Amino acid sequence: MTAETPARVTADAVARRSYGKLVAYLAADMRDVSAAEDALSDAFAAALADWPVNGCPANPEAWLMTVARRKGIDGARRRHSGDVVAAQLRVMTQTQTEFAETAGDAAIPDRRLALLFACAHPAIDIAVRAPLMLQTVLGLDAKAIASAFLASPDAMAKRLGRAKQKIRQAGIPFAIPERDELAGRLEGVLDAIYATFTEGWSDPDDADLLRRDLADEALFLARLLTDLMPHEPEAFGLLACMLYAEARRRARRNAQGDYVPLGEQDMSLWDACMIDEAEMRLQNAATFGRVGRYQLEAALQSAHVERRRSGRTHWMPEVQLYHALYALTGSPVVALNRALVIAESEGPRAALDILDTLSADPRLAAYQPYWAARAALLARVGDPPQAHHAYEMAVGLTRDPAVRRFLQGQQAALPVLGDEPGE
Amino acid sequence: MQYLLMLYAQESGWNQMSKAEQERGVAAYGAYTEALKAAGVWVGSNRLQDVGTATTVRMVSGKSQVLDGPYVDSKEQLGGYYLIDVSDLDAALGWAARCPGASHGTIEVRPVWSYPV
Repeated sequence: MTAETPARVTADAVARRSYGKLVAYLAADMRDVSAAEDALSDAFAAALADWPVNGCPANPEAWLMTVARRKGIDGARRRHSGDVVAAQLRVMTQTQTEFAETAGDAAIPDRRLALLFACAHPAIDIAVRAPLMLQTVLGLDAKAIASAFLASPDAMAKRLGRAKQKIRQAGIPFAIPERDELAGRLEGVLDAIYATFTEGWSDPDDADLLRRDLADEALFLARLLTDLMPHEPEAFGLLACMLYAEARRRARRNAQGDYVPLGEQDMSLWDACMIDEAEMRLQNAATFGRVGRYQLEAALQSAHVERRRSGRTHWMPEVQLYHALYALTGSPVVALNRALVIAESEGPRAALDILDTLSADPRLAAYQPYWAARAALLARVGDPPQAHHAYEMAVGLTRDPAVRRFLQGQQAALPVLGDEPGE
Repeated sequence: MQYLLMLYAQESGWNQMSKAEQERGVAAYGAYTEALKAAGVWVGSNRLQDVGTATTVRMVSGKSQVLDGPYVDSKEQLGGYYLIDVSDLDAALGWAARCPGASHGTIEVRPVWSYPV
């Protein structure tokens, strides 16, 4: 029985190190993510039975791959018959050659990029792209993903199942898109990774380890993407953008767990190494001379950091970056943030006028930061009743208790209202 | 894999076009069909008569119930289809985007069920 331990340790290590690569290779091979996952999990089970008896193989990845492919072919035989299997086997033997040549030195061709593009394909429901990446590329189980995305495990398992079924049945390719499609399709991949990060970033109470891990997983995926696409500046921009945010994680809550706005954060709590890395990544992205959304987002983060560190009081760099970002995205959230920067240079009244023009956008009506910003501006121009109402809206829309406490504190600090009942 | 490209558009749009515009439209579809054939992916295609000609049939308690009109009354109507055979969804979507119907309507792309033999 003692022999089981090294087998388990080796299997765990391989799972951690190579799960995504193995699934990506098998899925591209079988054109079926579910079948690839099943085949690989069968192979891991076989390893735990075989390795304690026969010893761990010198190249466990190659061993698992060979067994998984055999299991995959068995699975295909069970599911289909005749021509369909024959066709699938033809495809598999074509790639078998490629694998046999490389199996010796453990270099399984890395097809994770193709898998990322399949997961973030425009034909896949946008809400399930990030969960799908986490499950297939990182091997997170549906239960952990469900908890991280605040969904029920059943609902998440169903959505993941449906997405994988769509990949198989609709014939979504496991391939890097053609040149003319690449930019748009890459955006889908970047957005899904960023959604993973923001999901992990907005962790209520900062206590939920799973959600914090989600930010790490997003950083892992972004790093992977920069490795796999070293000539895509937006991949570096995304990584930089997330590093800047992650670097400030410890500073965004005080000792009581209350929310601390950026302007009041203790800079000694910022992770200087991470900020340095972010700067480096952003500079690297800039050398390509192709600006994009994530590079601009990162440049804004960089400007925030630089302004706090230098004590710079003018806001022109931020305003210009927001102009560029708005021209690129047309996002009402960008317009909102630009208005807040304008409030710093031209005063709260000017910003409120801009917010009034934005208020017709239904996307902002349920956006908590819009109401919080509006409330703060109204308080500054001396309109406590309106500010009170805006804080109420913001409090009702936030799911983060620390932010809620912060907003309630701001609301309570407003001058007392004559016509409002006491709380 | 085979994909069915279903072309949805407002039928009234066609009738409001001038004769010259209609001729250009027909020519565009003709050229597109030729491109599909030249690429060896064309399996079949047809233009459908207006939904005014549609009749629906279903069995209700053992008897066939026949009704005038299309199955779904929608703003855009199914006006034709292409059946193509390509390697994957991206190739099908690429062809759908090139179809003249994508400029004046919407194209639904559906993989055809492949039966185990």
